[in-house]
Amino acid sequence: MEDIEGASILIVLITVFILAIFLGFELITKVPPTLHTPLMSGANAISGITIVGALIFSNTDFNDGDPGFAAWLAFFALILATINVVGGFAVTNRMLNMIAGKRGRK
Amino acid sequence: MDSAIWDIGYLIASILFILGLKKLGHPRTAPTGNLYGAMGMLLAVVVTIAQMDFGLTNNFILIGAGLAIGGVIGYVMAVRVQMTGMPEMVALFNGFGGAASALVAASEVFRRIKLSELSEEDPLFIPLPEDLDLYVAWIAIGLSALVGWMTLTGSLLAMMKLKGGVEIFGTWYRTPTWGPEWLNYVKGLFLIGIVGLIYMSIKEPGNQDYVIGIIALSCILGIMFVLPIGGADMPVVVSLLNSLSGIAAAFTGFIIGNNVLIIAGSMVGAAGLILTNIMCKAMNRQLIDVLFKSFGGSDKEQVTRTKVGSDPEEVAMICDGISKCVIIPGYGMAVSQCQHQVREFADILEANGCEVKYGIHPVAGRMPGHMNVLLAEASVPYEKLIEMDDINSEMAECDVALVVGANDTVNPAARSGEGPLAGMPIINADKARVVVMVKRSLSVGYAGVDNDLFYEDKTMMLFGDGKKMMTELVSSMKEI
Repeated sequence: MEDIEGASILIVLITVFILAIFLGFELITKVPPTLHTPLMSGANAISGITIVGALIFSNTDFNDGDPGFAAWLAFFALILATINVVGGFAVTNRMLNMIAGKRGRK
Repeated sequence: MDSAIWDIGYLIASILFILGLKKLGHPRTAPTGNLYGAMGMLLAVVVTIAQMDFGLTNNFILIGAGLAIGGVIGYVMAVRVQMTGMPEMVALFNGFGGAASALVAASEVFRRIKLSELSEEDPLFIPLPEDLDLYVAWIAIGLSALVGWMTLTGSLLAMMKLKGGVEIFGTWYRTPTWGPEWLNYVKGLFLIGIVGLIYMSIKEPGNQDYVIGIIALSCILGIMFVLPIGGADMPVVVSLLNSLSGIAAAFTGFIIGNNVLIIAGSMVGAAGLILTNIMCKAMNRQLIDVLFKSFGGSDKEQVTRTKVGSDPEEVAMICDGISKCVIIPGYGMAVSQCQHQVREFADILEANGCEVKYGIHPVAGRMPGHMNVLLAEASVPYEKLIEMDDINSEMAECDVALVVGANDTVNPAARSGEGPLAGMPIINADKARVVVMVKRSLSVGYAGVDNDLFYEDKTMMLFGDGKKMMTELVSSMKEI
């Protein structure tokens, strides 16, 4: 029974994976060149979602009571992912502000 | 609380990502799109922390510290960076994202190995997974490591290439572009090697040597991947690496069995691929050519012809009383940061009743949209930035085409159908009555092709740094 359950969870994950790929293909159609860089940078910030994985592992690994190598790897991943997320959205925001012609910060 | 509630939080975050990415593709909605993305991310982080069991340890402080350190570093970097340094910054952040995914995967490996080595009586003991779970876990770990480490080293190299070099202990080293054809086969061998190692790691799950092997090979593969690619193609590579870091995040999602990672990651992966393709089309290049054929740069032609430079006064006299001027900026404008002087020049012309437009080549600069960002910083209205196809139909009626630090994007050789530039769409600056080029020298551009436009009679060369020449031009204009 347990094996069947594991398999069906896996199928769900793979289904989500494939559908999301198709969604991504459809999502971006015509993009004016002005937006290429901000779009790339915004998408890059979204790919920082791996922060969730880093958070979960930072917690569970340190919870073991004996934080080993794995725990510190996860902690380092957490820092890098946060830089990616915060920096990515902030940079995108800065670029878009300038393009939109609002008062650009210097 | 029931875990289903948390899953709804993740679902909302996924929806925000989808809407955000969609809105980022349209000029008017792009800022909202970015905000949606950021909100989705905040929600995902809050949901993750909220359902954590902190147990007896003071993990809370540790995780808070991690978020704070990363947040401050990221924010400071994002705010401090100059507009010219934007492409490098995107490449660097991208590398960090890839590395984070790879580190999460590595962490899982060492955790599994550590826990499986405990004695069976230990309450923490978990046996290494078997059958299906085993395959999925190790394949996901392997792929996440492959893509993640590759993204890291590739992005770092791309960043250095965008800068043009790297400073080590005060000495400046130019980043090389090197890639004979056999390197492609080496890359193929490395890829096969990595797949083999992933297979071995499934066979012998407790052995960490295979994992270290995967990491090492992936790092080298990332470098070999970016090394042969020349400067003008760099944006395409950064975009592709961005796509890869999304895929790495999706594989990490498989490791922890979390939908939001899979959705956001694979969506970014696919969208990044489409964006990469759009960029290639803008340059009239095939993605395959960009990736596997070394481009220009290496055997630059020697410049033998000469051209007498003009001085700003002459140019100012020509520009007096014209009715239409098109300004064509390039990387030179970004380097010398002369966008404000360019706008000042345009303002003077406009005050004299001249129509001024900006012709933006899709790959001008080191990043698509690079010029738009710079000119927007100098408060040039968005409507005046005209895309290549539209400006080309107007070039014939243009009195003066002012080319500021651009070269390949206005090189008529691209129309001839020979050489590395062949077939690349260009802005037809040579159709204008007078062409003024602000450039440091007659040297070739990134493609390594001599530019005939320099030597035409109607072309006036202003040799010098963009900012200096534009400042002089503006003051000469004022004197008239």
